[in-house]
Amino acid sequence: MARNGGVAWMRTTEKIDGYDLSTSDTEEVHVLAVDDSLVDRKVIERLLRISSCKVTAVDSGRRALQYLGLDEEIQKKETNGFDGLKVDLIITDYCMPGMTGYELLKKVKESSAFREIPVVIMSSENVIARIDRCLEEGAEDFIVKPVKLSDVKRIIDYTTTELREGEQREGARAKRRGINKRKQREGDDDLSSSPPSTLSSSTSSSPSSSIQSATAPSSPSTLDSPTRRLKMTSSE
Amino acid sequence: MSKVKQQKPLCVWNPKPLKRVKPTNKKRLREREKTNPFSFLGQLIPLAKTGLPLWMLGLAADRLRADMNRLLSFLFHQGILDEQFLQLQQLQDETSPNFVSEVVNIYFHESEKLLRNLRSLLMDREFSDYNKMGIHLNQFMGSSSSIGAKRIRNVCLAFRAASDQNNRAGCLSALEVLEHEYCFLKNKLHELFQIQQQRVLAAGVRYPMQH
Repeated sequence: MARNGGVAWMRTTEKIDGYDLSTSDTEEVHVLAVDDSLVDRKVIERLLRISSCKVTAVDSGRRALQYLGLDEEIQKKETNGFDGLKVDLIITDYCMPGMTGYELLKKVKESSAFREIPVVIMSSENVIARIDRCLEEGAEDFIVKPVKLSDVKRIIDYTTTELREGEQREGARAKRRGINKRKQREGDDDLSSSPPSTLSSSTSSSPSSSIQSATAPSSPSTLDSPTRRLKMTSSE
Repeated sequence: MSKVKQQKPLCVWNPKPLKRVKPTNKKRLREREKTNPFSFLGQLIPLAKTGLPLWMLGLAADRLRADMNRLLSFLFHQGILDEQFLQLQQLQDETSPNFVSEVVNIYFHESEKLLRNLRSLLMDREFSDYNKMGIHLNQFMGSSSSIGAKRIRNVCLAFRAASDQNNRAGCLSALEVLEHEYCFLKNKLHELFQIQQQRVLAAGVRYPMQH
């Protein structure tokens, strides 16, 4: 009885803790859009606004890194990307003068602070080698231009579900770490076995692993993406 | 004594005063308004009393809509525009009522710069930098496809093919076609935006109470 009461009490505090651990901007997804063409910037900005996102549009990879705080010239070691608003998604054009979208993707994935931010590449060229290269480097998705509302909606959908899953996992992990260590030993193996530092890799690999299992696609829309189809065929 | 014969009028015109039809209930009125193309006339009667001609109000708006639809279907059937233009129109609403014309005007501004650059590059006697021309061309092609300018984008593809083969003459002729297509598109889209502006004005006159 006492044990049950104790568990119930812990559950309520877990809920409170879970709420406190949620990120500051949970209502709206904040997207950083990078494109050198003003026409494309306006269109992607409007597409994202209509999908209820906060948008910051910049015209080059350099500016994008400056916004994130990753620019080498501006050494900001202390900021964890809380320069302004936290970025939930980066969507970038591939062909840009100076730094291409691929180079920007590499820089983002190399940084420890921003590695877990999903990066989507847009390109007017439907070149398989380019798509493969970007996906190998860790891009979330590859859209062929011109970008449509259905593309943006699909990306926002699985970004928000991943964010929510990530928060739940973080909340669950902190709960298990902080509140009851005994429970952690007998708790779920999959959560306790993966150490917290690999949270980023687990979130990025979970969509592909869920598709490779091919037993129950969580949302049919993810299978519509040509890159998802590519991932499935390459895994088989 | 001769009586002046009163000229008999050729016809007798005895107009009956306009009787406002009272609907029996609101539901029937709504149903009637759905099927009746002249239902808007009921709202115009108070305006008619001020002396504005009815044709200017309701019928002009219908004619403008017909003009717009005719122009749009022409542009789509000729392959000048594709469904990306429709996508842009879907992004326009009350919060962003001039979205399409804003984006298209930005496109015109940028395209003219790019076309000028392409022409000055190709007209240069010592022209050899096909890469630099390719960059301008790719930018033009990208923004054209984002607008839905299908025909312009296809000409750009032919231009790029000529550029890949370092075929300067081919590039020049492609550039001429490109300039011609661009001018044509610009004229047609300006016409479209004018019609849309007139529709907005006509709608404002038709429904003055709705603000």
